[in-house]
Amino acid sequence: MLTKFFFMLREGGMKPSITELLMLLEAMKAGVAGHSVDDFYFLSRACLVKDESQFDRFDKIFAAHFQGIEEAFNALVGEVPDEWLRKQAELLLSEEERAQIEAMGGFEALMEALRERLDEQEGRHEGGNKWIGTAGTSPFGANGYNPEGVRIGQQGSRHRRATKVWDRREFRNLDDSVELGTRNIKIALRKLRKFAREGAADLLDLDDTIDKTARNAGLLDIRMVPERHNAIKVLLCLDIGGSMDDHVRICEELFSASRTEFKHLEYFYFHNFIYESLWKDNRRRHAERIPTSEITHKYGPDYKLIFVGDATMSPYEIVYAGGSVEHWNEEPGAIWIKRLLSAYPKAIWLNPEPEQRWEYTPSVKLTRELMEDRMFPLTLRGLDAGIKSLH
Amino acid sequence: MNDKKFTGTNSYIATDDLMMAVNAAVTLERPILIKGEPGTGKTQLAIEVASALGRPLHEWHIKSTTKAQQGLYDYDAVARLRDSQLGDDRVHDIANYIVKGKIWEAFASDDQPVLLIDEIDKADIEFPNDLLQELDRMEFFVYETKELVKARNRPIVVITSNNEKELPDAFLRRCFFHYIKFPDKGTMEKIVDVHYPGLKKTLLKEALEAFYKVRDVPGLKKKPSTSELLDWIKLLVAEDIPAEALRAEDSRKAIPPLHGALLKNEQDVHLFEQLVFLDRRTNNR
Ligand SMILES: Nc1ncnc2c1ncn2[C@@H]1O[C@H](COP(=O)(O)OP(=O)(O)O)[C@@H](O)[C@H]1O
Ligand SMILES: [Mg+2]
Repeated sequence: MLTKFFFMLREGGMKPSITELLMLLEAMKAGVAGHSVDDFYFLSRACLVKDESQFDRFDKIFAAHFQGIEEAFNALVGEVPDEWLRKQAELLLSEEERAQIEAMGGFEALMEALRERLDEQEGRHEGGNKWIGTAGTSPFGANGYNPEGVRIGQQGSRHRRATKVWDRREFRNLDDSVELGTRNIKIALRKLRKFAREGAADLLDLDDTIDKTARNAGLLDIRMVPERHNAIKVLLCLDIGGSMDDHVRICEELFSASRTEFKHLEYFYFHNFIYESLWKDNRRRHAERIPTSEITHKYGPDYKLIFVGDATMSPYEIVYAGGSVEHWNEEPGAIWIKRLLSAYPKAIWLNPEPEQRWEYTPSVKLTRELMEDRMFPLTLRGLDAGIKSLH
Repeated sequence: MNDKKFTGTNSYIATDDLMMAVNAAVTLERPILIKGEPGTGKTQLAIEVASALGRPLHEWHIKSTTKAQQGLYDYDAVARLRDSQLGDDRVHDIANYIVKGKIWEAFASDDQPVLLIDEIDKADIEFPNDLLQELDRMEFFVYETKELVKARNRPIVVITSNNEKELPDAFLRRCFFHYIKFPDKGTMEKIVDVHYPGLKKTLLKEALEAFYKVRDVPGLKKKPSTSELLDWIKLLVAEDIPAEALRAEDSRKAIPPLHGALLKNEQDVHLFEQLVFLDRRTNNR
């Protein structure tokens, strides 16, 4: 039972290790948990999940495990029209994953395969999990059949430059667990390190010591210096949702790489363009907004400002008051970005859209002008160039 | 192995999931990592576990400049150099210049100790990795004296983090983990009660009401936490503030008295006052 649960967690996109599974087994053997499911829940969570942002995911999988998996799946597939599911897949899957689906014969083939497996499942009644995460091609496996990040309705959203999106989509919080590919980005980001000697002098300065000792007629004169630290400070503003869906993966990678690379890193989210407020937590984006003016007060001009966004929208969203797709903005985005740029002289915009397309999208041209040309493609080379211009 | 279970103390309220995590760590003699907002009782937990289980406590408070090696020992080469120049005899025994760190002290304890490694995320990113071996095997080698130091009793290691930095996976895999969720009202009532038994029920109720309201103000730099609440209540009692004064229905008094104890940051105080002011204006319209 335990190993099955363990593999469900893995399939659900969590990363418990064998070490941790053994730890759980050992704790059970030692009688740490009583016989209640509650006890087992607490114990397995303490053993297997080391990051509270994964608790929610764990809870869902735990619930699915104990309530019977069929139910959970039926709720997802049984009563839901294909069209809706197709949209989910579009929204939830990365470009790569979509290519995989294409390779297995497109979305219809995938749904067919899922349905077959589901029937199999119902016939057999043994609660297997064949259909979950089959080789990573099932949207439900790859995403831990996690219905977060779902946009319901809104047919128009495929047309990229839709003017109003009133549907409130609960955006997925950027998950910084992406490992693959972050190394290159980390190395690029390293170039942004600026070492400074700060704090207590606790390092022997050998050269200076020898020098001073010689001057001191051979009597030791110890010289100490503070250790070097990375003193760079970064504000990272990430566009989320809408036309950025295609780029979520690369943004996640950037985000995950930056988190470990900088001691002073603050990140904020925005949607399409910058206005009077930003937010830090997507699940509470409507409740907990941070005024943009507060950000400029709180973080000094020594911070480097990095926007990440495709800058692809209707130009109204930039130049008009009330142009925002999801709220009424009193002042145009262009004014807000100017304010930010005057507060932070060192700023760049990283754009995941291919550079060739920039010319043809008016909003990108506009943004680039506002950025005084400091827009760079979100490729390793672009990142490199961008970071150079931040010095 | 320990047969005593940790269930909180008469000065510390532990939730069921916290007890489970602590007891698992104590039983399996593996480290436990405690995360949570500042002021949610992480540091206090180690103190309480030690006292509940009757164990000596060793505290190692981490700063941004702390090195893993300092927990083991320091070799004071500079002092030795100096002594050699002054012709001191101590200089011939290198052991005279080996200074025990907190981990070594805990390893040397006669009784199984509790070792608190407080705010591990303050240190360099590599810090936790540098301690993996020592915490796993509970032994280390002193190169200068060629001595292997082994824990006489595997300490109960409590590690706290404010989540300023991510911790390495290899390190996390070896720990039990508990995240102290910010206490809900029910738990908070109990916590206040262990600190101020016999507090007037109405005062407690109104104070908590006002406290959670302040916490909900968006954009605060530092949300007030348990420790600020406790300080505030202490002041309210000392100043003899009646419960009625905390009631927010009267919009003129919407700013709770002595709110400086809850919001320690000037900008937060300002933000809060502005919001209350705005609120008042819209209500009065
Ligand atoms: N669960 C609790 N029970 C009793 N007191 C608590 C609890 N949580 C926090 N406190 C009190 O709050 C204060 C701050 O706790 P502390 O351990 O310093 O927080 P942290 O280390 O998480 O910043 C202490 O006075 C502590 O007694
Ligand atoms: Mg503390």
